[in-house]
Amino acid sequence: MSNNVEKTSAEATRPEAGQAGLFPPVNVVEDANGITLFADLPGVPKDKLGLQVEADTLTIEGEVSFAMPEGMESIHAEVSLPRYRRVFTLSKELDTEKVAAEFVNGVLTLRIPKAAHAQPRKIEIRVD
Amino acid sequence: MYYRTFFPRDIFAEMERLQRDMQQAYDPSIRGGLRGGFPAMNVGSTPKSVEIYAFAPGVDPASVDVQIEKGVLTVAGDRTLPALPEKATLHIDERFSGRFRRVVTLPDDIDPNSASAKYRDGVLHISIARKETAVPRRISIQ
Repeated sequence: MSNNVEKTSAEATRPEAGQAGLFPPVNVVEDANGITLFADLPGVPKDKLGLQVEADTLTIEGEVSFAMPEGMESIHAEVSLPRYRRVFTLSKELDTEKVAAEFVNGVLTLRIPKAAHAQPRKIEIRVD
Repeated sequence: MYYRTFFPRDIFAEMERLQRDMQQAYDPSIRGGLRGGFPAMNVGSTPKSVEIYAFAPGVDPASVDVQIEKGVLTVAGDRTLPALPEKATLHIDERFSGRFRRVVTLPDDIDPNSASAKYRDGVLHISIARKETAVPRRISIQ
């Protein structure tokens, strides 16, 4: 499994100009049947989350939106932009048609299965 | 917890941040500095209240302990991530896991009994009203 790192951590880190956003922290887990990505996107309501798979690029975007009383002045901000954005390069054996996403309490869970032909197969050895 | 941006939107703001971070490395606050740690926090102020936003995604709100004692707000809890399944590989590991505790010193004029906390979309919003400021009163001369 030595080539796994090369497969998934090839993160594209080139947001287009004017699209600056915060990097959501992620965990990426790979098992025999696919890859699961977990991303922390606190403050993003479900309808402001954008997921896009184009060719071999996965883009995760989200707009931060939470209740703020009128006339509030910011004193200290660690979440300093109202937007998250992160781009990943996917590898060919992943089946992007079958991506499943769940978004609960600011945590995105993405499951990307491996294409059927890339699933591990046990090869039977026949003895003649 | 840092939420970094790849492109600084304002190079001067970024330089100022860098300078502040360096300054903090030399003169840290007694609790280890304002930045960093989980959950990330934003603090806002209005004439009537102090608003604290703790960015704690994927946390069971029932397990989070929010306390105000002697003008200090403490947010503590636990975010345990699911164990790695057998035969799985963890390629990227950036998310916080474990027990957390963050502390914020509040202004003097807040009313601790008026605090309220809500959890939504992974953000814990704590609102604490300020004490009714002394409204100017006319004193009648008898």
